[in-house]
Amino acid sequence: MMDTLFPLGISQYLIGGLTIGFAVSFLFVTTGLIGGMSSFYSSTLSFLSSIRYFQQAKFINTRNWRLVYALGLILGGVIWVFTVGEPIQTQVTWWQLSIGGFISGYGARLSGGCTSGHGICGLASLQVPSLLAVVIFMSTAIISANVVQLMGGT
Amino acid sequence: MKRSSHLMVLIAGIAFGFGLSYSSMIRPEVVLSFLRFEDFGLLWVLGCASGVTLVAYQFVPAILTKPILAREFGKHSASLSRNTLVGAAIFGVGWGIAGVCPGPVIAGLGAANWPLGISLVSIFAGAYVQGLFAK
Repeated sequence: MMDTLFPLGISQYLIGGLTIGFAVSFLFVTTGLIGGMSSFYSSTLSFLSSIRYFQQAKFINTRNWRLVYALGLILGGVIWVFTVGEPIQTQVTWWQLSIGGFISGYGARLSGGCTSGHGICGLASLQVPSLLAVVIFMSTAIISANVVQLMGGT
Repeated sequence: MKRSSHLMVLIAGIAFGFGLSYSSMIRPEVVLSFLRFEDFGLLWVLGCASGVTLVAYQFVPAILTKPILAREFGKHSASLSRNTLVGAAIFGVGWGIAGVCPGPVIAGLGAANWPLGISLVSIFAGAYVQGLFAK
């Protein structure tokens, strides 16, 4: 059954997931910050856009550390690829990457969280709205991923 | 924020990016195979990551009165509003089309998964349009 449910094995999922958990926990213990990722996009836009929405204190006051956090994510990917990993270019089509990216970016910011914000940080905070958000986005994602496959997507 | 705090943020970010890469979440194919019931590994990633974080969020504030380098512990706040739920539904639609989410796109670029740059730009565009029409 394990081979059917997890054709690639589970060790990479366990180790990777635990590492993510320790990273977000380390951030919390040292700085008290909640390390979801989607706010980074809006807070970084506050550097570039004078629109009032982006000029809110919650973005201005957090944009520096969120940028440093994102820089860390890049470095983490670099370290992985030069140690245990290998570079793999995704074969997902450009229209999926662009349309899906746009829609998920809009939705995550409207919702105030993504897989890391509502998923990891929200669930770990025992927040009912985040649990609902996770159940909802898992459901719509399952539908759209299967519809896209029927339409000939990767 | 103190320089030492920024260093901690950087270290946490590096570990986060490494974990996302190691867990193969930077490969949209793996995310899509979860959403198509071909590989349930994503549940382990989410379960392990939120499980460890749950322990930190729930128990550390009971042991330490404040974070090591800051004055107070932050709180994740999600409101039970229409935006939270509708936004989640929209996010899921996009996530299911591309197989990418905001964090893995950034880590994946570090790991030389270059096509994810298309998604990085389009997530920024989506976030911009959201702010443009936000009240």
